[in-house]
Amino acid sequence: MLIRTWWCALTSPSDDGGALRTEEFELNMGPQHPSTHGVLRMVLKMDGERVVDCDPVVGYLHRSIEKMAENRTFTQVIPVTDRLDYCTSMTSNYVYVLAVEKLADLTPPPRAEYIRVIMTELNRIASHLLWYGTFCLEIGATTPFLYSFRDREKVLDLFESACGARLLYNYIRIGGVGQDINQKFLDRMIEFLDYWEPIIPEYEALLDENPIFYNRTVGVGTVPLEMCRSYGVSGPNVRAAGVAEDVRRDDPFAVYKDLEFEIPTEKESDVFARYRVRMRELRESAKILRQCYEKIPSGPYGLPLNYRFKVPEGETYVHIESPRGDIGCFLASSGGDKPWRCKFRTPSFVHIQLFKKLLEGVLIPDIMAICASFDIVLPETDR
Amino acid sequence: MTPQEFAKHLGANYPDHQFEIDPLNENCVLIPLQLVPQCFELLRDDDATQMDYFDFSTCVDHPPDRLDLVYSMYSTVYKHRIQLKVVLDRQNPCVPTVSHLWVNANWNEREMYDLFGVFFPGHKDLRRLMMPDDWEGHPLRKDYAHPNLVVRPD
Repeated sequence: MLIRTWWCALTSPSDDGGALRTEEFELNMGPQHPSTHGVLRMVLKMDGERVVDCDPVVGYLHRSIEKMAENRTFTQVIPVTDRLDYCTSMTSNYVYVLAVEKLADLTPPPRAEYIRVIMTELNRIASHLLWYGTFCLEIGATTPFLYSFRDREKVLDLFESACGARLLYNYIRIGGVGQDINQKFLDRMIEFLDYWEPIIPEYEALLDENPIFYNRTVGVGTVPLEMCRSYGVSGPNVRAAGVAEDVRRDDPFAVYKDLEFEIPTEKESDVFARYRVRMRELRESAKILRQCYEKIPSGPYGLPLNYRFKVPEGETYVHIESPRGDIGCFLASSGGDKPWRCKFRTPSFVHIQLFKKLLEGVLIPDIMAICASFDIVLPETDR
Repeated sequence: MTPQEFAKHLGANYPDHQFEIDPLNENCVLIPLQLVPQCFELLRDDDATQMDYFDFSTCVDHPPDRLDLVYSMYSTVYKHRIQLKVVLDRQNPCVPTVSHLWVNANWNEREMYDLFGVFFPGHKDLRRLMMPDDWEGHPLRKDYAHPNLVVRPD
């Protein structure tokens, strides 16, 4: 991008070799801090304004979801998974349900598969909009937040009409979905996309050519690809490092193999690149939703299942693409009606580990920009 | 590579040991405890496997005497995924760390130390992750008892 080259040439790297050295001190950031979505505490060792060492402390939101799952029937666990990641409840529902279906060898009807894809993609839009708004708030821009939440409300209205809930849906069920959607819902969805797709350039216009935004994001928090690999970075964060990795393409679940979409990538792997990837993903989600509108078949929306059905003994691991990255569920059953062990592999848990290395040598204001750019959600980390 | 091929590949590299597919999980290979972490180093660095992406590792408790440790890893080059399982002694679970091979294993092992009481010799920073430092017991064990933890009525 031309403007990026221009900006990089204009701003020279900072040099404080001659600055006054001070004694190192510890700074406690969090657990209650407005810029950490949830409760993340970071013990920072500072040399003046620069971070020398960072120790992220998690666990403040630990609700023992994995222990609770062992004490409930397979169906009763679904509302618990809602609370795993309240920004994308559909995806956490979905990954758990997929694991149960794989163990129990159930195949949901095709209409249910399409409804699930529609809901996950709508949830991706809602989650990316939430990220866009709060990310801008954290680096000091208030207007984008108002834009994104205005439109996120419209997505939540769609969810409300489909399942009655705006945040914690409990919608994707074992063998299908909770309720069928009707043509009116689909029409409203297309109406929303027609309204919203022309607005994405507006979001970008607010930031893309803003020199202050450039100064805060370009070249900040760069993660080289080797580091991404060792730390297990996934989702938009690894796509910002230039590799087109997406579970929807590499290990397709549901009907994603029949749908056409691109995997947006950027090369620079800095805060700005991660922002660009997410903005372009919004358009891809809209593309997928339009295809689903054309292709969705009629038929049953779920399998008739006994409430306390039993799952054969075994263990399995499934994973899907959440807005934050690669979310997985490892499920073990002992042949009863309750899970024996249910482990969630969550992308935020992985990305927080990066901070220790990534925050070395950065300035305090950059901590917010870097943390926000990874789109971490703490309930998902602590489980 | 299929799990069978993984088992064969490991068998060719460590002829003294047996590698079988886990009867519980068709995508999982059982490996002997003595081969941690050499076997992981081989899987990561070997040109035929290149498991450069560490998914997660976790425990499955089987009282009274077994504690299974499951590792899952993926190759971004070959796009294959495998789970490996090590069976530990439940009374004294102890397994060498793999956190020097993949940084992502670091917190996974801290979590298992915290919630299952598994000890990882060689881990640089083995502290509790989720629970407070002064917490007693390991909550995800099946026999864990706490006054606040009641059995859900049927």
